[in-house]
Amino acid sequence: MGGTLLSLALTLLGLLLVTFIIGRVMPIDPVLKVVGDRASQAQYDAAYQAMGLDRPLIVQFIGYIGDVLTGDLGRSISTGQLVVDDIRHVFPATVELATLGTFIGVSIGVPLGVIAAARRGGIVDQVARVVALVGYSMPIFWLGLMGLLVFYGILGWVGGPGRQGIIYDGMVPDVTGLILVDSLLAGDWNAFQDAFSHIILPASLLGYFSLAYISRMTRSFMLEQLGSEYITTARVKGLSESAVIWRHAFRNISIPLVTVIALSFGSLLEGSVLTEIIFSWPGLGQYVTKALLAGDMSAVLGGTIVIGTCFILLNLLSDLLYRVLDPRSK
Amino acid sequence: MRHLLTPRALLLASAIALAPAAWAETPADTLVVANDISDIITLDPAQTFEFSGNDVNRNTYDRLVDFDPMDMAAGFKPSLAESWEVAEDGLSITFTMREGVTFHSGNPVRAEDAAWSLQRAVKLNKTPAFILTQFGFTPENVEEKITFDDRTLTLNLDQPYAPSFVLNCLTAMIGSVVDKETVMSNAEGDDLGNAWLNTNEAGSGAFTLAAWRPNEAVQLAAYEDYWQGASAMKRVIVRNVAESSAQRLLLEQGDIDAARNLTPTDVDSLEQTEGVKIKDEPRGRILYMGLNQKDELLSNPAVIEAMKHLVDYQGITDSFLKGMFKTHQAFLPEGYLGALEENPWTYDVEKARQILADAGIEGGTITTKIRDLREYVDVAQTLQASMAEAGLTLNIEQMTGAQVLDAYRAREVPIFLGEWGPDYSDPNTNAATFAYNPDNSDEAQATGLLAWRNAYAVPDEMNEATVAATLEQDSDKRAQMYRDIQKQYQEEAPIVPLFQRIENTGLRENVQNWNVGGSVTSVMYHQVTKGE
Repeated sequence: MGGTLLSLALTLLGLLLVTFIIGRVMPIDPVLKVVGDRASQAQYDAAYQAMGLDRPLIVQFIGYIGDVLTGDLGRSISTGQLVVDDIRHVFPATVELATLGTFIGVSIGVPLGVIAAARRGGIVDQVARVVALVGYSMPIFWLGLMGLLVFYGILGWVGGPGRQGIIYDGMVPDVTGLILVDSLLAGDWNAFQDAFSHIILPASLLGYFSLAYISRMTRSFMLEQLGSEYITTARVKGLSESAVIWRHAFRNISIPLVTVIALSFGSLLEGSVLTEIIFSWPGLGQYVTKALLAGDMSAVLGGTIVIGTCFILLNLLSDLLYRVLDPRSK
Repeated sequence: MRHLLTPRALLLASAIALAPAAWAETPADTLVVANDISDIITLDPAQTFEFSGNDVNRNTYDRLVDFDPMDMAAGFKPSLAESWEVAEDGLSITFTMREGVTFHSGNPVRAEDAAWSLQRAVKLNKTPAFILTQFGFTPENVEEKITFDDRTLTLNLDQPYAPSFVLNCLTAMIGSVVDKETVMSNAEGDDLGNAWLNTNEAGSGAFTLAAWRPNEAVQLAAYEDYWQGASAMKRVIVRNVAESSAQRLLLEQGDIDAARNLTPTDVDSLEQTEGVKIKDEPRGRILYMGLNQKDELLSNPAVIEAMKHLVDYQGITDSFLKGMFKTHQAFLPEGYLGALEENPWTYDVEKARQILADAGIEGGTITTKIRDLREYVDVAQTLQASMAEAGLTLNIEQMTGAQVLDAYRAREVPIFLGEWGPDYSDPNTNAATFAYNPDNSDEAQATGLLAWRNAYAVPDEMNEATVAATLEQDSDKRAQMYRDIQKQYQEEAPIVPLFQRIENTGLRENVQNWNVGGSVTSVMYHQVTKGE
């Protein structure tokens, strides 16, 4: 376990180093973002020094790592606030969206994949194939805009862009940062409904993309199991088909499936940038993208640490689950 | 930051909770605006220089002099200063402060606060500080130059500037009066409260800052004790929505009252939508073409002359820039003292070809950098086509805004296409950057001057005229001086103003008195009402 942690720490360090170098060689001048187009050369130079950009790269990087170890992620130049505070605010928004998205993806994708494998070539299999194909090939921004137009613009079934209706904004005390949870904690049913009406469309969109992936993976895992000998044995013993599929085969695929789901959740955490932009969702993806375009390296590195740590933790978690679920490892 | 949970807001929330779950109209006393506010990096009025930051400060702070949103043409008028007097020698202006005005903290607004605010801005020396330091104030002398006693404040100038010039500069955000006691009680080290004011507010304006969440929303709450009367809108919420199509949907659904970043396509379609209206207002930003005089070809007077006839002004404003810009060929935007309304150049390829032939120029190639923003690239490509007809080749490299700006400030962009917005409401703001460049050497590093960036060695008499215009006491004469400078500029300068920006706001039908600040300032909410 100690070795794992060390290698994970090194991974994170490497990730930061690469991000740091990319940020520094990028042809974007962060000083101009701070002082603006109108600054005199003297004001520019003063800001350049204040930001520590006059020091050698390696000194800047070591200084940064030192700060991180003491819990200081620096101040963002594009929001003027501490990166820690910024992330504390934007990350829950992304987690909320990605969690619901993954939930939708799993709760539809897994059964769909299992049934598609059990009835190979049947109608469900064909439908699953089309669903996955569309999910892979449709541009997410187009689907997002169409979804908004139809379900918000025309039908009025869901709330529009943003996390909350404007009148509920700031009404629920901020406890976890997850609005669905916070509004329940506050016992404010209307705020919950409102937040739900806003999250359901972007979460469904993300859910759809993860469902396309999860159902394909489930199907192929399942096919592999169904072709193996113990299944034939079970069938010969006269077990019902549903018992064969769910009790025997499914239990065996649950282990690799956990990894697939964890990875899919991780990719929703980092990869929902377009969704966040279309739905004006104030999350980490949007935050890091804007920071990157502004050359705001403290914010980008802060975001990288969070995402990197999440991936590492998700990997650890799926490792642990492996051990719990796989009887052989006991 | 506690205004969110006022009893009124809670009442409002419960009233809405009882209403059916339909996506109802916005509350009658709340103004909801969708805007791209991701440019806010600070809210300190001594530092803000971005559009959205200025939008906030315009409403949370007062200044000594200000605009009447219902009569922008009148120019500056008394605000926290109820009157002022210019000394006979023109070297000082003494303001008399209005009495009975309070900051949001409850502290009275004193002459001391006003003087300290201006001193503070000079001492902090952030980017917009030049608006004040151009009157001879330095961090060292400002305490002697800006003085106060009980009810008056005196500005001691280094030259007898035109009073209109000084007063116009005081309408800029850097002229905002901040609450000295509140700010100093939050100061860290010798930062004069800069870190605290980055995210907080200490003004006396019509609204208090209820919340600012970067990239997400700004919330303002009406200041009930405002000296000009409390605003009809009790809350103003500016939601960060970057996408034009999303703004349009929100407006159609009645979830917002105003949409500020609509594309021409969305404006067109909203014009047909019931319950929605479009308001056009010319803004101060000028889209211009800078011809770098370091480039051998572009420094030829014939090429400069020909280029002015190679822009399809009408075609561009009728097609892809429709509704976003109008043709405007002088460096002062419409709405400024002395702005020139004449547009002398027409699109005429034949004429351009003739001018080039007469000068013996046969072809030529220019490679330039253009910001990868749709409208600039479109303009560049149109220019490329008409230049080709006149035998000139234009190669376009597309880059990010930051990259182009970097190169431009290093005098490395041959043909620059971009916008310039005024920094304050006086004609000197643009004259001093388009038509003033006392030292054209590389060493001068006058990166703030557009003339320098284009290596344009402004003739001595134009430099002098620009300075002289700041000292002219008679406003009519002063206006004439600017018209003369602009005429000479149109004749010979290698920097060619092309278009003036128009802002189209999509509004719900019931929103009245909406004002984004015309060409001289930022958005104002105090006078906005919502009818039936």
